[in-house]
Amino acid sequence: MHVERRRVLKGAGATGALALAAAAGLLKPERVLAAAWPKNAFDAKSADDALKSLGASSAVESKDVLIEAPQIAENGSVVPIEVTSNVPGTKSIMVLIEKNPHPLAGQFHFMEGAVPFVKLNVKMGESSNIRVVAEAGGKHYVATKEVKVTIGGCGG
Amino acid sequence: MRALQRNALLTATALALVAAPALAQDEKKEIQKYQQMLTEGSPVELFELQGEALWNKPQGPKNASLQKCDLGQGPGVVKRAYATMPRYFADADRVMDLETRLVHCMMTLQGRTFDEITKRVFGNADRPSEMELIVFYVVGQSRGVKMAAPVSHPKEKESVGLGKKIFFYRAGAWDFSCASCHGEEGKRIRMQDLPILSDPSGARSYATWPAYRVSNSGLHTMQWRINDCYRQMRFPEPNFTSEATVALTHYMAVVAKGEPYDGPGTKR
Amino acid sequence: MADPMKARASMKGDVAEIRVLMGHPMETGDRKGSDGKPIPRHFIQNVTVKLNGKTVVEGNISQAVSRNPVFSFRVKGAKAGDKVEISWLDNKGATNKTDAAIA
Repeated sequence: MHVERRRVLKGAGATGALALAAAAGLLKPERVLAAAWPKNAFDAKSADDALKSLGASSAVESKDVLIEAPQIAENGSVVPIEVTSNVPGTKSIMVLIEKNPHPLAGQFHFMEGAVPFVKLNVKMGESSNIRVVAEAGGKHYVATKEVKVTIGGCGG
Repeated sequence: MRALQRNALLTATALALVAAPALAQDEKKEIQKYQQMLTEGSPVELFELQGEALWNKPQGPKNASLQKCDLGQGPGVVKRAYATMPRYFADADRVMDLETRLVHCMMTLQGRTFDEITKRVFGNADRPSEMELIVFYVVGQSRGVKMAAPVSHPKEKESVGLGKKIFFYRAGAWDFSCASCHGEEGKRIRMQDLPILSDPSGARSYATWPAYRVSNSGLHTMQWRINDCYRQMRFPEPNFTSEATVALTHYMAVVAKGEPYDGPGTKR
Repeated sequence: MADPMKARASMKGDVAEIRVLMGHPMETGDRKGSDGKPIPRHFIQNVTVKLNGKTVVEGNISQAVSRNPVFSFRVKGAKAGDKVEISWLDNKGATNKTDAAIA
């Protein structure tokens, strides 16, 4: 884990803002470490590359990773999704929109009693699979769900 | 024998007719699910908070807030006020909807001019208008309250009657009225099923406006909604707070009577 | 006006449900402004949830999260009255935070 963070910190200029914030006294140093934003993974242009960059390329399919999302989203600018991992010992969850220009939408770490669950709204450029990968005990578990995006008419 | 054949044919046709809508039903259900998840995950409360701050902010030549504004429930009472609007206001001797009443309060309490207040009533995602934010705050205070716009004062009766007339009045380049789209079942614009606003079945729709539109992240007031319908009918844009738009709103509010208010809504 | 932010938390059985709303444009960098110039990418990168001062959720997010983000999180082992703090940090170094007592 620490090696991961160091690599991310060294490899990317993404932490510039964080470093600035830290210098300005806005953040404690440990906060900066925990917050390290994996720039390479977020910049990746395919879901596989993003997961590789996060060390999560060999995930096995699992029914314990649940994705709740509408089958049809009338507007791609807001697609509500709800993600849960029932895999025991889940430490983090990654959310990817396969056909977005940059598929990785978020990576969430859960500690101290937090349930491996998150609900959020994402943007989808077009109909796509949503891929969710959970990490537990150094292993990765994956589930996918397709969401059709139709840009609807006017009215309302 | 012939009768039997005809029967069989009829059955086959009926089956085919049933099969197509069944698929549409599924789609409808999924779209409803999307709408519901959208509402659950809506940021609309943020705008209500901003509107509340504007309500309490001293402004205008009199450097006064809107805290003494009477929305029909007494000075400063915001709770439940929207559910009983439009209504007749004796101090102005006219029926007012929420936007009209807010303009009135801004003029009388804050000493501002109509032109200045209404210069920018329709905002955008980057900068919602003052009017939109305050409207969102006020309507949010009626969540769960049953719609109950009064029709007792003669001017209220007159207003609802006028609103109904306008609703069905066909005119403009396409000879359209509100009822052309919102007067009977089965009308839609592209994917969007349109509510029947002249019938209580459309009450839910009225009770979820004003609304936040996720496609453009914009806040939309009732007058915006009406203006945009007129734009789609190729009419000239109605004046802000005009008697016609107030009457139309009043008519729809009265049709929606008894429906629990569930806005500001969130629309795709 | 400063970007508004609002959090709510309540117990549902033995799990605290936390909902947070954040005012933020979440610009993708692909959109053009009214002047025709591209609007630079501007988005929240990091969301932190703390319960009684201890970090429980760390989220790294991208511009693919919708404008005015809304998140829900769940935490076990919390109780009514506990303090939830949520903060964000965006790619320009701006931050915001809010807190709520669990109802």
